[in-house]
Amino acid sequence: MGAKAGSIPAVVPPAPAPTSASSLPSLSTLKLKTKQQELLIRVSILALVYVLAFAIRLFSVLRYESMIHEFDPYFNYRTTLFLTQKGFYEFWNWFDYESWYPLGRIVGGTLYPGLMVTAAFIYWTLRFLRFAVHIREVCVLTAPFFASNTTIVAYFFGKEIWDAGAGLVAAALIAICPGYISRSVAGSYDNEGVAIFALLLTFYLFVKAVKTGSLAWSLASAFGYFYMVSAWGGYVFIINLVPLYVLVLLVTGRYSMRLYIAYCCMYVLGMLLAMQIRFVGFQHVQSGEHMAAMGVFFLLQVFYFLDWVKFTLNNPKLFHSFLRITLTCTVSVGALALGVGMATGYISPWTGRFYSLLDPTYAKDHIPIIASVSEHQPTAWSSFMFDFHILLLLFPAGLYFCFKRLSDATIFIVMYGLTSMYFAGVMVRLILVAAPALCLISSIAVSATLKNLTMLIRAKDNVPQLGSGKGIAGSKASAKASSSDQPLPYQRNVAIALLLGALYLLSRYAIHCTWVTSEAYSSPSIVLAARGAHGGRVIFDDYREAYFWLRKNTPQDAKIMSWWDYGYQITAMGNRTVIVDNNTWNNTHIATVGRAMSSYEHEAYDIIRSLDVDYVLVVFGGVTGYSSDDINKFLWMVRIGGGVFPVIKEPDYLVNGEYRVDKGAAPKMLNCLISGITFAKGVDYFRHPTDYDRKENWMMLYFFGKLHLQPGR
Amino acid sequence: MEMRKEFGYAFFLLFFAVCMSRAGSDLVISKLDRRIDLTSHVVRVLSTLKVENAGKSVVSELLLAFPYIQAKNLANLKALHNEGKGKGSAINLPVVETHPGGMPEGLTFYSVSLHEGLEKGKSLTINVLAIFTYSLEPFPEEISQADGQLVVYQDSAYYLSPYVVKSQSLNVLLPAGRVESYTKHPNGKHVDSEIKYGPYEKLPPFSYSPIVLHFENNNPFVVAQELVREIEVSHWGSIYVTEHYNLVHKGAANKGGFSRLDYQSRSYMGGRSSLKQLVARLPPRAHSIYYRDDIGNISTSHLWGDSRKTQLEIEPRFPLFGGWRTSFTIGYGLPLQDFLFVAEGKRFLNITFGCPFDEVVIDDLVVKVVLPEGSNEISVSVPIQTKQWNEIKYSHLDIVGRPVAVLEKNNVVPEHNIYFQVHYNFNNLSLLREPLMLISGFLFLFIACIAYMHTDMSISKSSASYIAKLQWDEVQATVQQVQNIIKRCLSAHEKLETSLQDLSRTGDVQSCKATRKVADGLLKELSKELKPLMVFLQSSPQAAQIWPKVEELVAKEKEMLEKLTQKHAAVVECFEKKCSGRETENRVAPYQQKLAALKREIDDLLEYIDEI
Repeated sequence: MGAKAGSIPAVVPPAPAPTSASSLPSLSTLKLKTKQQELLIRVSILALVYVLAFAIRLFSVLRYESMIHEFDPYFNYRTTLFLTQKGFYEFWNWFDYESWYPLGRIVGGTLYPGLMVTAAFIYWTLRFLRFAVHIREVCVLTAPFFASNTTIVAYFFGKEIWDAGAGLVAAALIAICPGYISRSVAGSYDNEGVAIFALLLTFYLFVKAVKTGSLAWSLASAFGYFYMVSAWGGYVFIINLVPLYVLVLLVTGRYSMRLYIAYCCMYVLGMLLAMQIRFVGFQHVQSGEHMAAMGVFFLLQVFYFLDWVKFTLNNPKLFHSFLRITLTCTVSVGALALGVGMATGYISPWTGRFYSLLDPTYAKDHIPIIASVSEHQPTAWSSFMFDFHILLLLFPAGLYFCFKRLSDATIFIVMYGLTSMYFAGVMVRLILVAAPALCLISSIAVSATLKNLTMLIRAKDNVPQLGSGKGIAGSKASAKASSSDQPLPYQRNVAIALLLGALYLLSRYAIHCTWVTSEAYSSPSIVLAARGAHGGRVIFDDYREAYFWLRKNTPQDAKIMSWWDYGYQITAMGNRTVIVDNNTWNNTHIATVGRAMSSYEHEAYDIIRSLDVDYVLVVFGGVTGYSSDDINKFLWMVRIGGGVFPVIKEPDYLVNGEYRVDKGAAPKMLNCLISGITFAKGVDYFRHPTDYDRKENWMMLYFFGKLHLQPGR
Repeated sequence: MEMRKEFGYAFFLLFFAVCMSRAGSDLVISKLDRRIDLTSHVVRVLSTLKVENAGKSVVSELLLAFPYIQAKNLANLKALHNEGKGKGSAINLPVVETHPGGMPEGLTFYSVSLHEGLEKGKSLTINVLAIFTYSLEPFPEEISQADGQLVVYQDSAYYLSPYVVKSQSLNVLLPAGRVESYTKHPNGKHVDSEIKYGPYEKLPPFSYSPIVLHFENNNPFVVAQELVREIEVSHWGSIYVTEHYNLVHKGAANKGGFSRLDYQSRSYMGGRSSLKQLVARLPPRAHSIYYRDDIGNISTSHLWGDSRKTQLEIEPRFPLFGGWRTSFTIGYGLPLQDFLFVAEGKRFLNITFGCPFDEVVIDDLVVKVVLPEGSNEISVSVPIQTKQWNEIKYSHLDIVGRPVAVLEKNNVVPEHNIYFQVHYNFNNLSLLREPLMLISGFLFLFIACIAYMHTDMSISKSSASYIAKLQWDEVQATVQQVQNIIKRCLSAHEKLETSLQDLSRTGDVQSCKATRKVADGLLKELSKELKPLMVFLQSSPQAAQIWPKVEELVAKEKEMLEKLTQKHAAVVECFEKKCSGRETENRVAPYQQKLAALKREIDDLLEYIDEI
């Protein structure tokens, strides 16, 4: 420019001005649409996240097939099938003769119908729109669909507690969070798939109601709560967390009319609506687990009353004495009511499951049937890392940001995060409940950090303009700019480095989630896959083989005895009557089966005859090395059986306190029914009832493990 | 063997009855060869008859006789006449069941009509193929896993015929394996896997001599109790075939349980008669093949294909032993152009009737041809006798449903796997119906969305919040207008700047002045436009927050304009006075700095207002 200035003097003065002027308008014409641009970006990111959340859950379909997974989903699938075939009223009044023989099960009154009704509704809608889909496909894809919806709710929730950016990050994080994916892959047709959506929706609507004090929002949250109650027993978490939150707000002096409106409306309407679910019934007024909500409800009334009295009295001294009297009165009346209710049995005490949540060691000592389920075990730290990955690191950072900008909404998310993290530590399956909270809090950390970093970098971008603009002026401004110039390059580099680091961490998170989903959480657990010696995929499909054999080659009214794990699958896939199943409502019945399995064969025979059993199904994985077989579960049968029938004693099956199944096993172990089937009878797979023995008219199924090769496609 | 005696007795009675009856006919069978194929569980009897007319008149029909026990299992009966010797084209002669009078009880007769009639003294060679199902009876009826399957077959050593048979012989083809026993008979001998009876000379009508064969046949007796084949035609390029099987193994029942370990690791030990796998021969270029049942995909299947056929090898979930059942579904797609043709303005589908598996007997076969929605004038031509009716099926995006032509036939053997035709009319425009439906569905959805966005759904039009919202919208719109005007002002400023640049380059003072005039006029107009907006903003309570910024913005813009005008004037003046570059620069410099600062401030303000 200097050379030009020398040669053509007239050019020089206007030169800088036009260039800056011409570049700036073009920028400003872009800026004209910043709002729409932002909206467009936001909507498209949300749409992508929506699709991503759905797509990543299809790994199970890709790796295996479009099928229902695991145990409970088979029951849900069977009931949904019944609902779509017979209609809602038949479903509601269904008495199922095929399970818990000879007791049966009142299905309509012992399940949460939300999931089935949702799937049936989707099915009917699609049918109405002339899409001839099969109900199985609807059931398989229900969980991914609701996971996608959860991301939308997470966005709005994040927007409510922090800002739109945090909402977007929350949506993206929750879309691929392994803790959530583990329960919502395609085929995992379980209550949780729908319930997490309902849980988050209820929380969001409640926070919104508290923020706005609007009746409409609290009404919406009551309906969200109703949906949650209809879908999953985990609603107890809501009905305890929300009052706790209200209590915390009261204690911290954040009581407001908005809170009063939100909570009262939500609680009263939510309670009335929840009573419509038969399985829940009057628990909201009768069960100890729901009393906290009621107590807080009354406390709020007292608070409001006192507020009003304070306003009308307008005399601090008088008010204080009044306060003292009222408080003692209410506390004593409340305690009295609770005491009387407990004593008369009107208010039921806490259930074992609830106790085991508060005290992790409770189940082990008192309820072996809860402790025997692997998903009820306390969580190992590694599974936290596995399910949350960087969220675990971001969680404290997010808490810091929340405390820094404390509001009603952030208090809620902090409480949700802390309580659910505690429960996640108590039980493995509750990691699921903690996942949304962790994602939301981490999203705050990510969003706030990224925002700060980009602001630093952008501020630096502005500086050269400032410097060049003001450099010629040589005024105080330039001095200021140069003085602040000094640390800026360093700061900017660090900011860029940090930003890259954050992006790297996030990308690691994405990679980890994809890997976990494809490798760990997509197995249906009915079909097992392994790598063969030559790297080819080997499929073990023996469960379905056995169930299908039962379905096709046993009499229609055959009764099948197995350990309760396989109950739902036998009724759903084998279409035969079972003695016990995964709805472990009758401990004595299960203990009877446990006793039969662990008694001497001749004793077991009498028990089995008395139960009218035709076939006994035992799973044995010894040949292929499948570890989750019945020999492995046997000690739990002994424990559960021994819990009810003291004849069965655990030490009888142990050798020097050790569980052995080889030649050196305990004598009783060697002669009980289960090993009789597994070892003494050798390798009988199917035994036909009439041909086995005239005296012993029952059959043993024996799981062996056949290799299935995948079809060459 | 108790059973054999029983049957022998029955046949004796029959024979007695036969001898009593009248045997009057002009036809004589001069030579007869009979081959019974017992290698699978379907029994095929091929008889070659040389018929002679020994009477006086022309004979136009030939009677075939079967004992009732055989006739009830008769699945297919075909009579072929070979014209010329050896390699002539075979003519299929029509066969119908008849009930001629005066014939013995317990026999079923079929009449073969000789198409030209057999004249006196002439002879004719006819091949008769009779296929029987359920004719092999497992004996013993129950076997353990390790045992082979033994079966019993009964027939007559003599050909049962209402005519005199001059010379005849019988060959029975057995599967490889041991023969437990066979009826000893004059001229009967056992060679390798074949048993020969005959030749017998000059036997009277209705001669009968029961024979019983007891031998090992380890073929799985696979019977599909029910098979529903659904052939769905899509004019988008594919035919989808879905076949629902209900299989049962009708061989000797399994006794004493099933041991997987023996079956798998010691395969020589047993399960010889179990159904391990089935092979389906599908047409070439078959695609989208699947194999599943009620509870999901079955992973044990293999597929090979070349240009002539596609071969699908499937294994059931569990090996099927005698008496065991299973069910499954296979499905595949076929290219449309291989099976759908157009003739005489009508379309016709030409596809096979039976199932693609070898040696499967089907008790009840239902074939459903699902034609696309909008097809009409449907007619089916099948070369065999079937029950036929029509149905309606609802599939994806159907409104009136798809017409379905249903064919049903009992007791089907692999020989029934022949082509049949379905003729129908279909308008190509109907193809577009479903895509158009989808498109219009989405269109209506979007229209509904747009309509929803543009309608005011609030219930109370007088509520404070509603009014506030309306006002806020108005304020926002006004601010937007103000911004636009400012931006136009800025662009006018730019024009002035460029005119200055042009001036320095070209030295054309006049044009520079002219530009200035135009810009001045424009700016004046803009400021006039701005006035009412500013008044509105100032008065509106909703704009209280934003007002100071807008005001500042306008003020800055005015200041900038002022400076710019001054600069413009200065530069023009300098130019007219022909000052040196340095002097001009000195005069312009203060304006320049001010302008840059103002410009930046205005930009900041615009950005700030944007964010509100």
